[in-house]
Amino acid sequence: MRHRKSSALAAAAAALALAIAACGSSDSTSTSSSSSKNEASAPGITPTQVTVGGHFALTGPAAPGYSSIPAAIEAYFKYVNANGGINGRRLKLIARDDGYNPTNTVAVTKRLVLQDKIFAMVGGLGTPTHTKVVDFLNASKVPDLFVSSGCLCWDQPEKYPQTFGFLPDYLIEGKILGQYIAQHFKGKKVAYFVQNDDVGIDGTKGLDMEIPKSQVVTRQTYEPGNTDIGPQMAKIKASGAEVVAMFTIPAYTALVELAGLKLNYHPQLVSSSIGSDPTTLAGLLKAFSKGKAPTALIDGIQTSAPLPATTDTSNSWTALFKKIHDQYLPKLPYDGNVQYGLAVGYTFAQALQAAGRNPTREGIVEALQTKKLTGPGLTPFRFSEESHAGLTGVQLAEIKGGVLVPRGKPLTTDDGDGAITPYDTAQPQAPANGVPPAT
Amino acid sequence: MTGVARVTLARNLAIAAAAGVGLWVLTSTVSAYANVQIATMAYYFVAVAGLTVLTGQNGQVSLGHGALMAVGAYATAKIGEAVTWPLAAVLAAAALLTAIAGLLVGAAAARLRGPYLAGATLALAVGLPALATRFSDFLGASNGLTVAPPIPPASLGATFPLERWQAWIACAGALIAYVLLANLMRSGYGRAFRAVRDDEIAAQLAGYHVARTQVVAFVVSAACAGLAGGLLAVVTSVAAPGAFTLTLSVALLTGVILGGLGSLAGAVWGAAALVLLPSWSDDLSGALSLSSNVQANLALAFYGLVLIAVILVAPHGLQGALGKAIGRMWDQRRRGRAPRKEEEE
Repeated sequence: MRHRKSSALAAAAAALALAIAACGSSDSTSTSSSSSKNEASAPGITPTQVTVGGHFALTGPAAPGYSSIPAAIEAYFKYVNANGGINGRRLKLIARDDGYNPTNTVAVTKRLVLQDKIFAMVGGLGTPTHTKVVDFLNASKVPDLFVSSGCLCWDQPEKYPQTFGFLPDYLIEGKILGQYIAQHFKGKKVAYFVQNDDVGIDGTKGLDMEIPKSQVVTRQTYEPGNTDIGPQMAKIKASGAEVVAMFTIPAYTALVELAGLKLNYHPQLVSSSIGSDPTTLAGLLKAFSKGKAPTALIDGIQTSAPLPATTDTSNSWTALFKKIHDQYLPKLPYDGNVQYGLAVGYTFAQALQAAGRNPTREGIVEALQTKKLTGPGLTPFRFSEESHAGLTGVQLAEIKGGVLVPRGKPLTTDDGDGAITPYDTAQPQAPANGVPPAT
Repeated sequence: MTGVARVTLARNLAIAAAAGVGLWVLTSTVSAYANVQIATMAYYFVAVAGLTVLTGQNGQVSLGHGALMAVGAYATAKIGEAVTWPLAAVLAAAALLTAIAGLLVGAAAARLRGPYLAGATLALAVGLPALATRFSDFLGASNGLTVAPPIPPASLGATFPLERWQAWIACAGALIAYVLLANLMRSGYGRAFRAVRDDEIAAQLAGYHVARTQVVAFVVSAACAGLAGGLLAVVTSVAAPGAFTLTLSVALLTGVILGGLGSLAGAVWGAAALVLLPSWSDDLSGALSLSSNVQANLALAFYGLVLIAVILVAPHGLQGALGKAIGRMWDQRRRGRAPRKEEEE
C-alpha cells in the first residue's frame, strides 16, 4: 500500500522538481535596421547593454595564471563602460567556471547560450574544453570569438563559420620555436614534453617541420590534472636531452622546473607562450615548493610572445593596458594573462564597433571577416572569408630577471611549409581614449 | 503470468505513461535550458534508481557507479562511431556491455561485505577512468571522445529544438528503466534481494542463493549505470574521464540517500537534487560575488549540509518524509471527518 502511494508520488515529485528548474524564456527575433536608434538587434543585445559570456578555468589544473583572463576582459569592459560604452551600450561578461574539464564546459556553455542568452562567446578558454562546444555554438549560430587556445581547429570557416581564433596557432609557434632550436642548438639532443591533446599535436607538428628528426631523442606527454610527471622527466633525463621543447600550460612548465631540481637535471627549456608567463610561473613555483624553490629557476627559459612585452611601457598598448589594470585590477599582478585578457576585451569592443550601431550575430562575423582589424597584436590577424585563424606570428623572448625580454622583430609564417619571415610593419598606436574608434 | 504480476505490470506501465505525458507537456512548454536540465535529471535518475535497488533493496554499497557510467558512456561513443545502428540499439548495447562489466565486479563484490565492498568499488571509481589515459589512442585520454548529437527526426519539423529531443531520449530511457526496476522490485527477485539484505543466513535457510542474488542485483544496477552513462554521452555529446570522477560516484550515493534509500520515487528527488543543488549554489555564490575557489566548492558544501539535514530530520529521505507527512494529513482528515460523518448520519 505504502509502495503504491510512493510510486504515484514519483510523477508528481518529478513534475514539481522540474517545474522549479524551468525558467520562462522567450527568444527575441528582431530584425536589424540601420536606424540611428539603439535597438535590441540580437539575442544578448538591448538598447543599453551587450551581454557576452565565456567558459574559463577559474579552478582546476589550468586555473593558475589563466584564471585572471576573464577578470581582465571584464576590467576592459568596465573601462569602456566608464567611457560611454560602445554606441552607448554597456558591455557585460558572464564568466563561468568549467575547471578545464570538458564535460563541465558543455554544461556551462549550454547555460550561457540557452539561459543567459549571450550575444557571443568571447575568449572561451582551452583546447580540450572548447573542442567539445564548438559544434554546439556553431549549430546555435552564436559568434564564437577569440578562443583562448592556439589549436588549428578553430580555423575552419566552412565547418565553423562562427568561430574565430586569437592566438597564433601552435603550429606557427612550433615552427618559429623549432627554427630557433635548430639554429641555436645545432646537433644537440632535443626532448619534447607536450600536453596530450591538440595542443601537443599541433605544436609537435610545427617543431618537427624545423628540427631535424635525428636530433629529437624522446617525445613525452602529460595529462592535465595528473601532476605526477616524474616518470616522463626521468625518461627525458635518461635520454640525455640538452634541450626540452615544451607545449605546456603554466602549471606543467613549473612542474618541469621542479622535477629538474629534484633530478639535478637542468636542460635548456624552450616553452610555448601559453606556458611561459614569468609572473604566473614564479607564483606556481613558490606554491608547489612551499616557497623552497628559488624563483630565479625560471630565468633563461626561451619562449615567444604574441603581444608586446608587459614591461615595455613605451609601447602605447602596454601603457594603455597598464593604466586600465592599475585602475580596475590592482589586486592582480600585471602579467601576460592580464594583458591577454585586456587585448581580447579590446578586440571584442573593436569588432562590436565595426559591426555598426545595431549589431547582429551575422554582422559581427561579417565585420571580422572584412574590416581587417589591427590592434594590440604584434602581428595581424589572418581573418577573412577563407580564414578564421588568429595572429600570424610571435616575437622570440627570454625570461631574464623574472620578466619577459623580447628580442628581434616579430616573426610570421603560415601553417604550411612557408618560410619564417620578420614582420616589418609598425604596430598601430592605441587610441588616445582607449576605446576603439568608430569605423 | 499470475494475476498479481499482471496488476503490478499494468500499474507500473500506467504510472510510466502518466509520467510520460506529464514530461511531454513539460518539455514542450519550458525553455531550452530547462530541457537540458530535465535531460540531466533523467539520466541521473536512471543511475540513482539502479543504485537505490542495489544499496536500498539488496544492502550492497557501491562507490563505483560513476565508473560504470563511464563504461556506458564510452561504449555509446565507440559503438556509435563504429556502426550505424539506431540510437536505442546503441544505448541497449552500452547497457549490456556495462552489465557484463558489472557481472565481473559483482562476482568479486559478492565475496565482500560492508566497508570492504565500499573500498573495492572505490578503487573502481578511481582506477577505471584512468584507463582512458592508459589507452589514449583508443579512448582519447582526458580530451575524451566526441559523440555526435542525435538528430531529431524530420517528421518533427525542421526547427524542432535539439535540447527537447535530447530530453525526450533521456526521459524515455528513464521511464523504461523505471518500469523494469519497479517490476523487478515487486517480483521474486525483489523479494530475494530484500531477504538477502535483511539476513543472509535466514535467506539461505529459506533457499535463496545469497551470492547469486547479490551478483544479479549488481548486474541490474550496473546495466542502469551503463544506460545512464550512455544517455549522458548523448545529452552532453562527450565522453571524457573528467565527467566520471569519484565525486560523481559519491554524488550518486548522496542522491540515493537524499531521496530515500531503496525507493524509486526517492530516486526522482535524488536526481533533481543532483541537478538543482549545484545550479542553486552557483546562483547563490554569483549573487554574493564569492571568489571562484569558494564557488567551485560551495556545491559540495551544499550537498553536505543538505545530506546532514535530511539524515537528521528525515532519516528515510525526502520521499520517506513526504510519505509520512501525507499519511499524517490523511489520518487527520479522516479523524476530523469521522465524527461529523456520524453526526450527519
